[in-house]
Amino acid sequence: MQTYSYYPGCSLHGTAKEYDHSLKLVMSKLGIQLHEIPGWNCCGATAAHSTDEILGLALPARNLILAAARNQPLLAPCAMCFNRTKITQHEIQNPATRKAVEERLDGADLEATGASRLEVLSLLQALASDEMRAAAAKWVVRPLEGLKVVCYYGCLLVRPAEVMHPDSLENPQAMDRLMEAMGAKVLDWPFKTECCGASLAIARSDVVVALGRRLLSMARGVGADAIVTACPMCHSNLDTRQAQIKARYGESFDLPIFYVTELMGLAFGFTPRQLSLSMHVTNATRLAERIGRTQG
Amino acid sequence: MSNQIIFKSGESVAGNELLQSVRERSGVQVEVCYQCGKCSAGCPAAEFMDLMPRQVMRAVQLGQAELALRSRTIWLCASCQTCSARCPMELDVARVMDVLRQMARSQRIQPAEKGVVLGYDLFLESVKRLGRLYEVGLVAGVNFGTLNPLANVFDVGLPMFLKGKLNLVPGWSGSGEVKRIFVKKGAEPDADV
Amino acid sequence: MARIGVFVCHCGSNIAATVDVKKVAETVGQLPDVVYATNYMFMCSEPGQKLIQDAIREHNLDRVVVAACSPTMHFRTFSGAIQRAGLNGYMLEMANIREQCSWVHPDKAVGTDKATDIVMMAAAKTRWSEPLFPREIGVTRRALVIGGGIAGIQAALDIANAGVEVVLVERSPSIGGRMAQLDKTFPTLDCSGCILTPRMTEVAQHPNITLYTWSEVQAVRGFVGNFEVDILHKPRYVDASLCTGCGECLTRCPWKKFTSEFDEGMGRRAAIYRPFPQAVPNVPVIDAEQCQAILSLRENPERDKVRCGACLKFCPRKAVDFRQQPTVGTEKFGAIVLANGYSLFDPAVYGEYGYGRYPDVITSIQLERLMNAAGPTGGEIRRPSDGHHPRSVAFLACVGSRDQRVGRPYCSKICCMYTAKHAIMLKEHDPHVQSYVFYMDVRAGGKGYEEFIRRAQEEYGTAYLRGRVSKVYPEGDHMVVMGEDTLLGMPVRVEADLVVLATGVQPQPDADAMARILGISYDGYGFINESHPKLNPVESNTAGILLAGCTIGPKDIPESVAQASAAAAKALGLLSQPTLLGEAMTSWVNQARCAGCFSCEAVCPYHAVERVTLRDGRRAAQVNEGLCKGCGLCASVCPGKVITLRGFSDQALLEQMNVLLLQPGERIYARNSL
Repeated sequence: MQTYSYYPGCSLHGTAKEYDHSLKLVMSKLGIQLHEIPGWNCCGATAAHSTDEILGLALPARNLILAAARNQPLLAPCAMCFNRTKITQHEIQNPATRKAVEERLDGADLEATGASRLEVLSLLQALASDEMRAAAAKWVVRPLEGLKVVCYYGCLLVRPAEVMHPDSLENPQAMDRLMEAMGAKVLDWPFKTECCGASLAIARSDVVVALGRRLLSMARGVGADAIVTACPMCHSNLDTRQAQIKARYGESFDLPIFYVTELMGLAFGFTPRQLSLSMHVTNATRLAERIGRTQG
Repeated sequence: MSNQIIFKSGESVAGNELLQSVRERSGVQVEVCYQCGKCSAGCPAAEFMDLMPRQVMRAVQLGQAELALRSRTIWLCASCQTCSARCPMELDVARVMDVLRQMARSQRIQPAEKGVVLGYDLFLESVKRLGRLYEVGLVAGVNFGTLNPLANVFDVGLPMFLKGKLNLVPGWSGSGEVKRIFVKKGAEPDADV
Repeated sequence: MARIGVFVCHCGSNIAATVDVKKVAETVGQLPDVVYATNYMFMCSEPGQKLIQDAIREHNLDRVVVAACSPTMHFRTFSGAIQRAGLNGYMLEMANIREQCSWVHPDKAVGTDKATDIVMMAAAKTRWSEPLFPREIGVTRRALVIGGGIAGIQAALDIANAGVEVVLVERSPSIGGRMAQLDKTFPTLDCSGCILTPRMTEVAQHPNITLYTWSEVQAVRGFVGNFEVDILHKPRYVDASLCTGCGECLTRCPWKKFTSEFDEGMGRRAAIYRPFPQAVPNVPVIDAEQCQAILSLRENPERDKVRCGACLKFCPRKAVDFRQQPTVGTEKFGAIVLANGYSLFDPAVYGEYGYGRYPDVITSIQLERLMNAAGPTGGEIRRPSDGHHPRSVAFLACVGSRDQRVGRPYCSKICCMYTAKHAIMLKEHDPHVQSYVFYMDVRAGGKGYEEFIRRAQEEYGTAYLRGRVSKVYPEGDHMVVMGEDTLLGMPVRVEADLVVLATGVQPQPDADAMARILGISYDGYGFINESHPKLNPVESNTAGILLAGCTIGPKDIPESVAQASAAAAKALGLLSQPTLLGEAMTSWVNQARCAGCFSCEAVCPYHAVERVTLRDGRRAAQVNEGLCKGCGLCASVCPGKVITLRGFSDQALLEQMNVLLLQPGERIYARNSL
């Protein structure tokens, strides 16, 4: 039985609870145990690295030390948490940087604790490898036939390329293939890695509304029924702002935004209720039930 | 009001303070930027910015600290890294933006996007005290701080709350360790240009 | 005792700035056999050379040391000078105190010491100098031109018109190269085919030119004046002596779905094909990998009835021969001109531009094929996706040029011009078209070029937007091009029906392999190195091998043609003499003492060592002085020390070492530095 240390991050305990729920259900089916790191802290997101370089690295470093104690790969399903944690491991390869970070952490040793070498996985790395995809395909009892989706990777899962190692920088396929394995019809679209506006949502929601509208419009334009994503920020920006988009642009999208794990959960036979789909602001349950109904 | 740059005899353009400082802190060879504009062309927030990302790089090249640090641009940057990924000279433009943000903060320059910076400050306050982000507190704080108390409340906040996405009770990381991470220890370089 | 003259050059400030040349001359002048020592500003100039000649006569010098630049620069200059004063040209030693001393040591004390050592060593070596006499080599009065594009064609014609036999080898089925693919040429907007095809015909009909198409150079042996080349003649499967070029076979072939290479993927061809209608020779070839008849013979060579065979059936002259075999011919040449052209950058590397993902993103050469009346769309500009005429066309300059990220930091020189040409031509085809050119800088340095660009903007309304494009994506039925107008400092989005990528010029994919066959060097990109970029732009560093066209680097047609004529002139220079002078500093084997181990043969890079049987039956090594380049490997590896490199005898080199390793007390001068 594979066990991962689990770093949910602030979103999966808050605005992205359904991601957490669906993830746990999917992992249970796949026989992967998740052990939440006790006492984990916020990764610092954009705020930290925009304010204080070392703070932006020390916050994820603390989590790495906590996780390293268990010597298991660390799963970080939130794209931001994953991105910051990987960047930290990358930056501390520079001895001067590492020293500064260790000083912030009251002299902790990032090498000796194993923090610098700990294997850190994103959701796609954990589930979308050829191996895992094949394993997941075996659990599909309700293929997502008839569901047309576009895969939205966002920024943080693919950039910077030298740290994230995506299968392709401009046209990644990992999520696409995983969703195909779940039986969905995955449509090609050109905005796989376009930014949603991220944390500008708080103070400059007009930017997020504009970018969100562009994304939803393109998704609808290529014929998608839904967008699937693996980033809580992208999810939030696209799911919760459709009313604002309508108010600003007069366009009504009603396009459900799913997490990868939610669609996997549906394919595995879990109900929308079990997957907490009702937590979506843009109704996703209607579409989810329709997929179920088309199955005889 | 006159708006011009003056270079005096004996000055070295590539040796200007801002450029040297940004180079050192970011490791990015800003002087190599040949102003092609690919970064600005692909920037998702460019249409909202006063300076194009390219122009910020130009400002750094010519030592125009006021222009760069007082721009909206550095705060509207979403750190999406599209610029860095596509720059033909392989410059990490997003990193330069980060460093300029850090410099603006430590030099206490009045940010052109007050709401964004307030958001950062409140975010970090929350993490400092609780070890986690208290989302409701953040949104409320920014709203009140920008004198816009009802922004996003009814059309976004309320639906989210009704769906159970907003915790009224903040999370907590269970120890005061995180607070200590915020304190600069030892001989850390400060950001002054 | 030797009577040595030492001449130390200032080379302006090149040497004198970091070496006290006066002092060096004075110091070395103290040696007993240095009868005369002096210094001068520019030894290689006429007064400088006269100084040496006068000194030879006045002081009865029998050998000379010139302390100056590298021998590769001026050995020949000084050798000629002393010859005219009556000495053998090899009674000369050049002491390199520039490249190997003054240019690398900023400290004058260090530089002067080192220069003194170097000159002392050179003087010591000349004690052992002997007169040497270069051999005369015979010359084969034939030239080989590799590559049948405009450069190769021009070179072949120039050489042939001078009365010299030329063989032109082209690996594709027809000559014409890139020019044959073009519709119009800048800045005159001449019809490319119209100005090219007369030359192509001239080549085919010229009595002095033998044209081999569908052929490749496989191996080159020998040396200048005496090259031996193996040429592979690939089977056309069509008998050229019977074929009339009627073209019936092309229409009869039932398999017409193969991608046309000549049309850059924009059109199709049959298994039996001509690259374009005006092909020279006008004889089709069969793609053996796709032809059913040939494939059926491969499966079973014994069969007498092949599959299909439609082309043969309908050929009025029965010129098709499915059983044709490749042949290899070996021919001799005195000079070779390499003009194998260029290829274009594959923009699929830029995921953000969607080339290969979206059909309406094409390259400039593909647009050129659409524009050409003999092209896949009969000269109609049509979008690949739906065949409609585009109303809005976006051009992206510098795709695969000036871009460090994709390993192409250089400028490809011609794209600004051909893009302006395309914008003009599009408007000529359709007055309602709006073209946008996304550029970083416009490079238009040739005659009439700047005016051409202005015309594209002023007369043809092309919108020039300064800024590199970040991304191209489809939206509905058009493409969106994301750029920035850097001049205004605003993001710009263009809705384009067609996107054209101006791809960069790069060497042929096998340029390096061809360079190795010829034994010439190339740079990091694969472009062939010219002997000197300024003063020797069409010669390679290997004697007898000339270069022309884009194989050296990106350039336009006028430059390619000029270089072709220049290369032809150089070739004719070599071939106009009955004999050439070879290398004088060659190795010779003392066969009386040679043990016949042939270690020398094993290490010789020029295959210059032969095995001979002596009169007493012993086997010994012998150096072919025509092939020998004087590298000295044989002399150093010979275990019996029976090989001497003329001009570099063991005694001479040991004398040099002795001087260098003198104890301080033995030196005639004190050193200023360590």
